Amino acid sequence: MIRFDQVYKRYANGREALAGLSFEIEQGEMAFLTGHSGAGKSSILKLIALIERPTRGQVIINRQNTAGIGRGAIPQFRRGIGVVFQDHKLLHDRPIGDNVALPLIIAGVPKREIDKRVRAALDQVGLLGKERSRPLELSTGEQQRVGIARAVVGKPPLLIADEPTGNLDPELALETMRLFKRFNEVGVTVVIATHDVHLIDQVGARRIVLGQGRMRP
Amino acid sequence: MKLRDAPIAKTRSRILDRWQPRAYFARHAQVLIGSLGRLAQHPVASLMTMAVIGVALALPLCLQVFLENARELTGHWNESLDLSVYLQKGAGGARAEAIAKQLRLRPDVAVVRVVTAAQALAEFRQFSGFGGALDALKENPLPDALVVTPSVAASTAAGTDALKSALAAVSDVESVQIDTDWVRRLQAILDLLRNLVLLTCALLGLGVVLVIGNTIRLDVENRRSEIEVMKLVGATDGFARRPFLYAGIWYGAGGGALALILVATATLTLGRPVARLATLYGNNFRLQGLSWRAGAAVLIAAASLGWLGAWLASMRHIRAIEPA
Repeated sequence: MIRFDQVYKRYANGREALAGLSFEIEQGEMAFLTGHSGAGKSSILKLIALIERPTRGQVIINRQNTAGIGRGAIPQFRRGIGVVFQDHKLLHDRPIGDNVALPLIIAGVPKREIDKRVRAALDQVGLLGKERSRPLELSTGEQQRVGIARAVVGKPPLLIADEPTGNLDPELALETMRLFKRFNEVGVTVVIATHDVHLIDQVGARRIVLGQGRMRP
Repeated sequence: MKLRDAPIAKTRSRILDRWQPRAYFARHAQVLIGSLGRLAQHPVASLMTMAVIGVALALPLCLQVFLENARELTGHWNESLDLSVYLQKGAGGARAEAIAKQLRLRPDVAVVRVVTAAQALAEFRQFSGFGGALDALKENPLPDALVVTPSVAASTAAGTDALKSALAAVSDVESVQIDTDWVRRLQAILDLLRNLVLLTCALLGLGVVLVIGNTIRLDVENRRSEIEVMKLVGATDGFARRPFLYAGIWYGAGGGALALILVATATLTLGRPVARLATLYGNNFRLQGLSWRAGAAVLIAAASLGWLGAWLASMRHIRAIEPA
């Protein structure tokens, strides 16, 4: 599903985030990217979502070499990936239902279908009935779950999350990780960047440990 | 916190990628209304922008209304243009009446009025204020004259010219005058004004595009994070641009509507005094406002300018916004 082949990433300010990183994640697998901050976790996720391009090396997603995906094809490519952010990135000027519906609206799904799938996605994260609430009326944990609902509403084969539990208390963090686990159990490939090693042990999944832009044994 | 044990769908199909016309047009209608709702969230700022556009468009429109009315008015004058036929000195009032009788038989003549030398002198004495000076003259210097009004059919430039030469050929006629020069000059002035209207239209239209472009540019900047999120979940530039294009259309149409209100107000305000003035001149001219069709054209043109301004502004800026 995801293959990094000798990937280097150097930013414009000269910082080298990845230095010859190679790894592979199978379809239907769940993997945690760990390592202290600056180890390159976020860079990997950005390369997967085509927010950044590798300086050198190849990133292959779903048997597709990302180097061959031009600017015009990026929107279509991103619709196949659900992304969850640490800061949720919800739109505060519209209700929860519209936030979750956004990927479907963008993809041009008919309204009736959208309503059905939004309710299903909110149900999956335990927020059914909150469609009309505004993001700021919800707690941080609930906002994070709205972000997850938005990421999965389009049923993408790949779900990536950047520090999804960073702002949550331990109990809430564990619940959130279990939620990701449940999506993985129905076949979605899940990649989560986190520094919370304790949490990973509780959930149980493959760990990819990074240090200085490389894999650590 | 307890998560509900909802079944998670087993399918992993990607979002329906097929183009669905109904969903597409429904989405457009939704954005159309949604962008109006956004403008309504900042009513003062939105109205100010529309007011600027309205005033800018009202100026050439008022000029145009003035021009149309002036054309209408001079058109009437042209139709009722009389020919003045001056007889040779000493032809006499009887001869004048005889010529008048003869002319009234012509098909291209509607009315002939005889103005004898004595009548002309009396009128001149009354209106000119040179009464005392005229008393010093031994004899009446004015000739007998006829005022000939052409028939409606002959009231063209060629028709009046033909009539003029026919009248000049009648014996005892000294000269024939048609006062068309000032009408020609007036029409040249109106043509000039018409070009001026086109020029102001072009300049102020450009102004409208720039005003809306700048407003939309600021709007895009304020919604930068929203556009980033949209692009992260797969929005194309076109999708992100759409609400801004509709906002531009609303700004333009709103400004156009304000301009029409301004022009209508001006026409109604001036209508009475103009009618009174026309009545004093024995004319039943009435000030005409813009027609419904012209009004609709103004709205469409204004909305198009708004769209153009928004397109120019959002094209570059939205493309440049990328999630980081």
